[in-house]
Amino acid sequence: MSWHVIWDNAAWLLEGFWVTIQLTASAVSIGLFIALILSLLTLSTHRFYRWPAEAITFFFRGTPLLVQLFLVYHGSGQFRHELDAIGLWSYFREAYFCAVFVLALNTAAYSSEIFTGAIRSVDKNQIEAGRAVGMTSFILYRRIILPQALRIAWTGYSNEIIFIMQATSLVSIITVLDLTGVAGRIISKTFAIYEVYIAIALLYLVITYTMVFIFSRIEKRLNRHKA
Amino acid sequence: MKKIISVLCILSALCFSVNTLAGDKIKLGTEGAYAPFNSIDAKGKLVGFDIEIGEALCAAMEAECEWVTSDWDGIIPALLAKKFDAIIASMSITEERKQKIAFTQKYYTSPVKFARMKGSSFEITPDKLKGKYIAVQSSTVTENFVRATFPKAKIKAYKSQEEANLDFLAGRVDVIAADSFVLYDFLDSKQGKQAEAVGPDFDDVKYLGEGIGIGVRKGNSELVNKLNAAIKKIREDGTYQKINNKYFKFDVYGS
Amino acid sequence: MFGLEGYSSAIFTGLQQTLLVGLLAMLLACTIGVFGALAKTSSNKLLRVVASFYTATIRGIPELILLLLIFYGVPTLVQDVFAGFDVEVIIDLNPFVAGVVTLGFIYGAFSVEVFRGAFGQVPAGQIEAAKAMGMRPWVVFYRILFPQALRYSIPGLSNVWMLLIKATALISVIQLDEVMRMTKIAANATQKPFTAYLFAALLFLGITLVSMMLQKYLENKYTRGYR
Repeated sequence: MSWHVIWDNAAWLLEGFWVTIQLTASAVSIGLFIALILSLLTLSTHRFYRWPAEAITFFFRGTPLLVQLFLVYHGSGQFRHELDAIGLWSYFREAYFCAVFVLALNTAAYSSEIFTGAIRSVDKNQIEAGRAVGMTSFILYRRIILPQALRIAWTGYSNEIIFIMQATSLVSIITVLDLTGVAGRIISKTFAIYEVYIAIALLYLVITYTMVFIFSRIEKRLNRHKA
Repeated sequence: MKKIISVLCILSALCFSVNTLAGDKIKLGTEGAYAPFNSIDAKGKLVGFDIEIGEALCAAMEAECEWVTSDWDGIIPALLAKKFDAIIASMSITEERKQKIAFTQKYYTSPVKFARMKGSSFEITPDKLKGKYIAVQSSTVTENFVRATFPKAKIKAYKSQEEANLDFLAGRVDVIAADSFVLYDFLDSKQGKQAEAVGPDFDDVKYLGEGIGIGVRKGNSELVNKLNAAIKKIREDGTYQKINNKYFKFDVYGS
Repeated sequence: MFGLEGYSSAIFTGLQQTLLVGLLAMLLACTIGVFGALAKTSSNKLLRVVASFYTATIRGIPELILLLLIFYGVPTLVQDVFAGFDVEVIIDLNPFVAGVVTLGFIYGAFSVEVFRGAFGQVPAGQIEAAKAMGMRPWVVFYRILFPQALRYSIPGLSNVWMLLIKATALISVIQLDEVMRMTKIAANATQKPFTAYLFAALLFLGITLVSMMLQKYLENKYTRGYR
C-alpha cells in the first residue's frame, strides 16, 4: 500500500478539485438560465413554443450523459468545416467548452422539469388575485409566482445540483483534467489504484455533504415564515 | 512459505476464481484500439499483428490462451490484479515500467513519427512547435518522449490512439505523434489520406526503451522464460515472418 | 445500414448486453431496496445505522468512481491486504459481474428510499390489525405490507430504472460490450462519430419511451381497484 502517493500529488489533486468546482458552477449557472427559458416555453399555451422545449427536455433526459458528451465532443469533429464556416469551431475545439455546453444543457433539462412542476403548483387563486389588482405578467411572475415556485422547487433543485456536480466526473473521459481525470493520470504513473480512488471518493463525499449542508441552510431560510 | 488459497463462489454471481495453476489457460491482455497491432473489427473480433503473434506464441508453447481486453490506462493495473497473465499490446520495454512488471525480450521495434494535415506547414522542431497542440496516447513512451523533447508545445494526451486520431482529423490538435507503424497504418486509411508524415524517425532509447515486449507479473519468471523460448521458436521456424509479411512490407523485428 | 458500414448490427448486439445488465442490476437494486428499507425502519439500532451509512455513502460518490473502484480497486486492495498475511487471493471480477454489482449497489441506495416511502404509506392500522389476528411478522410483511407497498413504489422504481439504464453506458469504461462500447468502436472505425453516437442516443430514447409506456400501464393496472 502506498498512501504517500496522495500527499505527493496533493497539489495536482487540488488543481483537479478546482476544475470540478468550476465546471459545476458554470454548468449550474448557465443551466439555470436555460432551464428558466425552457420552463416558460413549456408552460406556454402556444404549441409552437412548447414543442421544441419539450423535445430538448426529452432528449437530454432520455439519453445517457456519456452519449451526449461523446455526441458533442467527438460528433462536432464530423462537422468541423460547417462549424468553422459559422465561426463556432474555435469553441467546440476545446474539450472544456464541450463539457460545459453538455453539462449545462443536461442540467437545464432536468431543472426545467422541476421548475415547470413548481410553477404549475402555485395557487391559481393568487394569480387571479394578482391579475385582478392589475399586475402585469412580468410583475406577477417576479412577485407572486417565482418566489413561491422557488420554495417548492428548492428540494428537487438542490438535489439536481448535487447530481450534476457528481456527473462532472464523466468529463474526464473527454480529456478534461477534473478531479477524476487527474486521479486517472496519477494512477497511470504510480499504479496506486485503490489508494487514489478511495482518496477521491472521500473528496467527492466531502463536496457532496458540504453542499447538502449549505442547501439545507438555504431551505430553512426559504421557509422561515412557516416556523 | 507462501500459501495459496482458493476461495470458491460465494454468491452464485460473484465468483472468486481459483488460482491459475500451471498447465491451465493463459489469459492474454490487450487493448483493442491500436491498429494494425490490435483492434476490434465489425464482428467484434480482435485482429492485428499482436493478436496473431500472441496466438502463434501460444501454439509454440502448446498452451491454451484466452484474450481479455482492457483500457490502455488500466492495462498494467489489470495485469497486477491478475485479470490476465501477460500483456501483448505493443508495450515498450521501459525502465519506468520495469519497476512494476517484468518483460520478455522484444518482439518488434518501432520509432516515433509525427504527422500533420496536408496543406499545413508545421515542422517538427521544439521551437516551431512552441504553443502548438500535439496529440499523443497517454501513458505511452511517445507521450514521455514528446513531453521531454517538445517542452514548449501543448500536449493533449488521449486514452486511446483511436481517439487521438479522431481529434487530429477533427482539427482539435495541430500534429499527432505515434509509433511509426501505427501512424502509417492510419495514414493509409480512407480518412488518414488527408494527412501526411513529417519529420525524422525518433528512436531515442532513453525514452523509447528497448523495443516492444510482453509484460508479465514480476515473480512469474516461468511464463517469461516460456514466452522468450516461444518468441525464439517462431522467429526461427518462419511463423513470425509469415505474420510480419501479412501486415508490413519490411521486417519490424529490427536488429 | 445507417451509414455505419455494418457496425450497426454490432451496436444491436450491444443492446442485448445493455438490457441484460440493466435488468439484473435492477433486480439486485430492488432486493437491496426492500431489505434496506426494512433495516432503516427496524427497531434494531445497528441495522438502522448500517443502512443509513450505506445510502449516505453511495449517494455521495459519483457512479464512475464507484465503478472504477469496484472493478480495478477492490481486487488489488484485497490482494494487497492478504499479501500482508502471506496469502494469495485472486478476485476475478469480469466486467459483466462488476457492472451488475456496482449498478445494483448504487441504485439499491435509491430504491431503499423508494421502498421506505412506500412502506410508510401502508396504513399502520392494517398492520396492527394483522398482528392482532395473530399473523407472524413475516406473514404480515408478505401478505399485507409488501403487496401494497409495491403499488406505491411504481413511480419511484420507474425513476430508478430510467436512471439505471442510462448509467449502464458507463460500463463501457470497463470494456463490457454494451451499446456504448460497440458505438465507440463503430465511431472510431468509420470515423463518423456523430452518426454513431446519434444512433446510440436514439436507442436509449427508444428504451426510455418503452419504459414510460410500461410505467403508465403498470400504474393503471395496479391502481384499478382504487378509483
